[in-house]
Amino acid sequence: MTTKDSNPPVDPDKETVEEVQAADVALDTAGGTLEPSLVPVSTQSGDTGHPQGSVLRRIVMGNGFVSLLAVFVALVLGGILIASTDPAVARTAGYFFARPSDFLSALWSAMTRSYVALFQGSVFNPRQGFSPLLETMTVATPLICAGLGVALAFRAGLFNIGAQGQIIISATLGAYAGFAWHLPLVLHLLVVIVMGVIGGAAWGAVVGLLKARTGAHEVIVTIMLNYVALFLLDFLLNTEAFRRPGDVSPISPRLDESAVYPQLIPGSRLHLGFLVAVALTAGVWWLLNRSTIGFEFRAVGANPAAARTAGVNVQTATILVMAMAGALAGFGGIAQVAGTEKVLTGGVAAQIGFDSITVALLGRSTPWGTFFAGLLFGAFRAGAVQMQIQTGTPIDIVLVVQSLIVLFIAAPPLIRSIFGLNPGRKKRAKAAAKAAVATGGAK
Amino acid sequence: MKQSLRATLKRGSTAGVATAGAAALLLTGCGAAPEAGTGTNTASDYTACIVSDSGGFDDQSFNQSSYDGLKKAEKDLGITVKSAESKANSDYETNLNGMMSAGCKLTVTVGYLLGDATKKAAADNTDKHFAIIDFAYPAPIANVKPVIYDTAQAAYLAGYAAAATSKTGKVGTFGGAKIPTVTIFMDGFYDGVQAYNAAKGKKVQVVGWDKASQNGSFTGDFEKQDTGKQVTKNLLDQGADIILPVAGPVGKGAGAALKEAKAAGKDVKLIWVDSDGYLTAPEYKDLMFTSIVKKMDEAVEGLVKDDKDGKFSNEAFVGTLENGGVAIAPFHDFDSAVSAETKSELDALKADIISGKLKVESKASPKK
Repeated sequence: MTTKDSNPPVDPDKETVEEVQAADVALDTAGGTLEPSLVPVSTQSGDTGHPQGSVLRRIVMGNGFVSLLAVFVALVLGGILIASTDPAVARTAGYFFARPSDFLSALWSAMTRSYVALFQGSVFNPRQGFSPLLETMTVATPLICAGLGVALAFRAGLFNIGAQGQIIISATLGAYAGFAWHLPLVLHLLVVIVMGVIGGAAWGAVVGLLKARTGAHEVIVTIMLNYVALFLLDFLLNTEAFRRPGDVSPISPRLDESAVYPQLIPGSRLHLGFLVAVALTAGVWWLLNRSTIGFEFRAVGANPAAARTAGVNVQTATILVMAMAGALAGFGGIAQVAGTEKVLTGGVAAQIGFDSITVALLGRSTPWGTFFAGLLFGAFRAGAVQMQIQTGTPIDIVLVVQSLIVLFIAAPPLIRSIFGLNPGRKKRAKAAAKAAVATGGAK
Repeated sequence: MKQSLRATLKRGSTAGVATAGAAALLLTGCGAAPEAGTGTNTASDYTACIVSDSGGFDDQSFNQSSYDGLKKAEKDLGITVKSAESKANSDYETNLNGMMSAGCKLTVTVGYLLGDATKKAAADNTDKHFAIIDFAYPAPIANVKPVIYDTAQAAYLAGYAAAATSKTGKVGTFGGAKIPTVTIFMDGFYDGVQAYNAAKGKKVQVVGWDKASQNGSFTGDFEKQDTGKQVTKNLLDQGADIILPVAGPVGKGAGAALKEAKAAGKDVKLIWVDSDGYLTAPEYKDLMFTSIVKKMDEAVEGLVKDDKDGKFSNEAFVGTLENGGVAIAPFHDFDSAVSAETKSELDALKADIISGKLKVESKASPKK
């Protein structure tokens, strides 16, 4: 919990924390009439109308310095990891006392080479100009779409672990429409998108339906539906209908040229799907912040019982939000088959569905936060390729380093405590907490 | 409380790290510095590269064998080698592009999943050469050499030997996933068993695979050794005493199950795939009956050498019993368990397959 870290150990403040926690519990259980939610209000992201949201926001948005420190710590730590796998560093460490300069220069070059390669692979490199950035955007597209789906469900208080399955189903349906049917130019792509999005939405709606009607927990349902989708795809790829004529490998024919997103910039893989992702981000922002439905979603997320009392149909909202989350993940699936890969294989969804959960959390479940977190992840994925090829760093170490970076960026309080920045914030935190108690948690 | 705890933790860990680091330096940092200007070997400017599929270079299967071949070429020919492991399907194209800008003369790609990406890279870089392992295009491409294996030929011999050696009259097999490069092993194995039955009037059964319906046991991936163990136990329960897992590292799960069965007093044996398991999976060598070997390392090393000498051709290399691209490994510890009669029959079958008198066919066989 975020507030714990901004909390000084003296007694008066401790009381305040307890009050905040009590307010949380009250929110969770609707004043004791309900069982405590498995998703406590305090861990739900987004604006719950509770002061924690704003403290959280101040921590993330308000202090660029901490973010810089986070990146710095992550880079140093990652650099040490990279250096520890570097053969030159290991060799020079063997005679450290005889000639330490060798070791230090090997250490420095191992660290810098890797990060230069990461940057060159994801943003800019002198040979190719900004085309790595385009690659970053390409890789980010499905992550953004699926991340939006996860974030939207989070805001309604639902842990949607099912993006993976929703991507697979939408990719399967979309790809089938793409290679099996042969339609005119614009229409074909539209049909592919519609098929995929309907598939994803249906896969999500099933979860919402089960949750709303039977109370089945969405986490277990989505995880199981991921398996159902994955093995269904494996099965389908072993049928004649999904295989290339004359080939027995489980790989689909390529999608028709008319069925794929047009390239945005020649020579890169960037496709129209990225603009779709931008539009979706704006759409989700509008939905959450400007529309009645979005308000209802957030109300259900904050406190289902209170929302019901206020006249929101919680069941409908649950089904609807899961369908929308599925549809957004479905756009991710379409970005994969109709944008990046153009074929359907068993690995079409890769780890996107799971990465998108991190992306949504990193983006604090806000649409634009998710968008930029998706870009960051895309940059890492695209940069990993260059890091691996140019420096020979094993891909697994590359992924470990990237995960560390995300860990530090996602946990500003951790950085604060490392650098001892917490005491300086005592006053403001105290004031905020007091104000919150005074207003009873309302804004 | 919390903060003091954190402070303690921080101090403690800093001190600990410092101590550990200092100790490590003291222990390892005492070597002598090399003379300046030595140790730089003159690497050739010829660069060969390899891109794995999502299995990675530690898959104990075709990625690893191909990688080993390239590593051998690096040592023997003094070339520069670059490698890129793919983590997802969308990495193939970017990895290949990375290789192109890294100046690779010959790029080896592994597996059917890279088929489309290799084709595209080859079309964009007509001056560069490519080789793709375990996959062939319907129409040949001028700068891509497919390297494929008629594994059924070697699996046939293994099936025959297994049928002749089985004490329970049942042999078992399972695969990692239902893909041609897996089922070709199972088809050949199945046919080998049937050949033994026809020749000897016996009724040795294959559990785990039916060639006619192309259905059988699969673990679903090439990762979960535990599933391999479960499936193997199932096959043992059905009475099989010789097991052929065609699933890369999942084969180790089969090894574990067989080891347990052996400890329980059962007479069981294992047939390894891709490499000679007696050497590559030594923890199970006392179970290793034989192995169905695909010599991908030799093929990759050979084609790197050819390309370096300017002898690249896009003609498919088909590994067969005849050219030694596929083979069955020696029986090692079980040499005495195979009768001299069976051995001479195996030699005869091998000669017949090489001469073309006997055709081993599978739906997954390379088309010529």
